[in-house]
Amino acid sequence: MKREDVEHVAHLARIQLSEEELQTFGAQLESILGYMEKLGELNTDDVEPMPYAVDVKNAYRDNPDHSPLPRDAALKNAPQLDPEGKFFAVPKVIGEISPNQGKSGEAGS
Amino acid sequence: MSQQYEPVIGLEVHLELHLPQKMFCSCPAEFGGEPNTQVCPVCLGLPGSLPVVNREGVLATIRAGLSLGCEIATFTKFDRKNYYYPDIPKGYQISQYDLPLCRKGSLTIDVNGKSKVVGITRVHLEEDTGKLAHVDDRNESWVDLNRAGIALVEIVTEPDMHSAEEAVAYLKELKAILSYLNISDCNMEEGSLRCEPNISVRPVGTSTLGTKTEIKNLNSFKVVLQSVQHEIHRQSAALSRGEEVAQETRLWDEAGQKTVAMRGKETAQDYRYFPEPDIPPLEISKEEIETARASLPTPPKERRKALVEKGIPDYNAEIIVRSQGYADYFEACLSTYNEPHKVSNLLIGGFLQELNQRGISEEDIPIPPEHTATYCRLSEEGGIGKAARKQVLAALFDTGKDPESLVKELGVSQVEDQDEIGKMVDQVIAENEAIASQVRGGKTSAIMALVGQTMKLSKGRANPQIVQEILKKKLEG
Ligand SMILES: [Zn+2]
Repeated sequence: MKREDVEHVAHLARIQLSEEELQTFGAQLESILGYMEKLGELNTDDVEPMPYAVDVKNAYRDNPDHSPLPRDAALKNAPQLDPEGKFFAVPKVIGEISPNQGKSGEAGS
Repeated sequence: MSQQYEPVIGLEVHLELHLPQKMFCSCPAEFGGEPNTQVCPVCLGLPGSLPVVNREGVLATIRAGLSLGCEIATFTKFDRKNYYYPDIPKGYQISQYDLPLCRKGSLTIDVNGKSKVVGITRVHLEEDTGKLAHVDDRNESWVDLNRAGIALVEIVTEPDMHSAEEAVAYLKELKAILSYLNISDCNMEEGSLRCEPNISVRPVGTSTLGTKTEIKNLNSFKVVLQSVQHEIHRQSAALSRGEEVAQETRLWDEAGQKTVAMRGKETAQDYRYFPEPDIPPLEISKEEIETARASLPTPPKERRKALVEKGIPDYNAEIIVRSQGYADYFEACLSTYNEPHKVSNLLIGGFLQELNQRGISEEDIPIPPEHTATYCRLSEEGGIGKAARKQVLAALFDTGKDPESLVKELGVSQVEDQDEIGKMVDQVIAENEAIASQVRGGKTSAIMALVGQTMKLSKGRANPQIVQEILKKKLEG
């Protein structure tokens, strides 16, 4: 497995790996992928893809309203809040791109 | 001669569904609200919580797909789109990847009198993200997750459009169709309808697609038009200078009237989609699809056609059918006063102005349609003097009273009485003897000056036709 691939996977998971870890995990990933390769030996040309292992379908929600959490409870485990205790506070992310919202909508108003 | 470039444009539209509850939990899905008060373990992405599908969201998406002529999947599933960003607490968005609910539709637009079909690649269902506020002086971003988990429909076109005007025509038609379904507020300013055009240009006569850019955060038709026009121009200019167009996301800079590259490095997107293991797949039955189809309203295009067949000008019809509520209101007016053309003139003119000035939605008009129709009849048939029409209309909006009583209260009824007008005409002739003798001498066109004077004397209340008739009688014999 190429070193860039290991770095890329680490970046996607937002983890930083030391030089040594890059080597270790690279080797481990390599062996996992190699193991999965075995499946490729089977001829699956006529087999429908099976995304789910359990045979359940159409699980719709029909429970009536439930109350949302009180804000205190919702924010209880947040590492940091805004001074008024209304928002989760995170390190500033402007400049990065939210894949869904572009610059990201403005909260509050 | 310099190289000509042809733009190729596709559009991605996100539509926030207006349902009572979120898509995968029962939190209320209202717009706004105090930050982080419409959240629960599911939409906060807390460990151990399980998303469960809201049937209404699926039905709304099927209706959107059907109204765009799509095929509806009989088997569909949700997938995880993985990425880290603070607006998405789970670290993934529940979306649809290879088996969207709807695909292969189309929408016909009219641009400069020409019809054109825009292909719809897919319509799928996903969840909305939270909102971030960036707090510069604290070097922090604040996260509100009220919006996280609200049902969101994504509508993707083929790259079938070739001008900014076509892109806007598509967007307008799409918005009209969607707003008839009553599944969303379809409000671009508030972000319940979001549009992301992707644009590339290529030398005219070639068929390979150029490198495309995407523009985000466009919140009005006008900005879509301006930004797409600018982007076409920018890319064509770059190519003709021998430069390359970078694949990137851009924003509209309102002050500079240009698109600008988004700050920050853009790494290649790698969402590692895989089937959402927490949500079993859905089978959509033929009956469900047919029930949804039967629930579709008459689309705006057909209503527009029907109005034009009633003798209403295209332009009037187009404005009236923009909103279903307004089209219904128009029809309701006709049952009191069946003069389609005249009522349509009122509804796209003074009446619409009053609505706009007062910030009243076309879907939510407080005046009973009978009153509006009566007002229109009185104006047309002379029950209200021309000069007083605006005043009566404003009073109609202020009081909601019926126009006949308003005309009496305001003392602005049109003067039709022959004797009364006759007296005024005598006075005008006496005061304008020079003009009067010109008319007597055969210069009939001069009579209009006297009509004007009489109208002025009556403070606009005299019926101008009667004024003219009496003047003629008195001067021309
Ligand atoms: Zn929730």
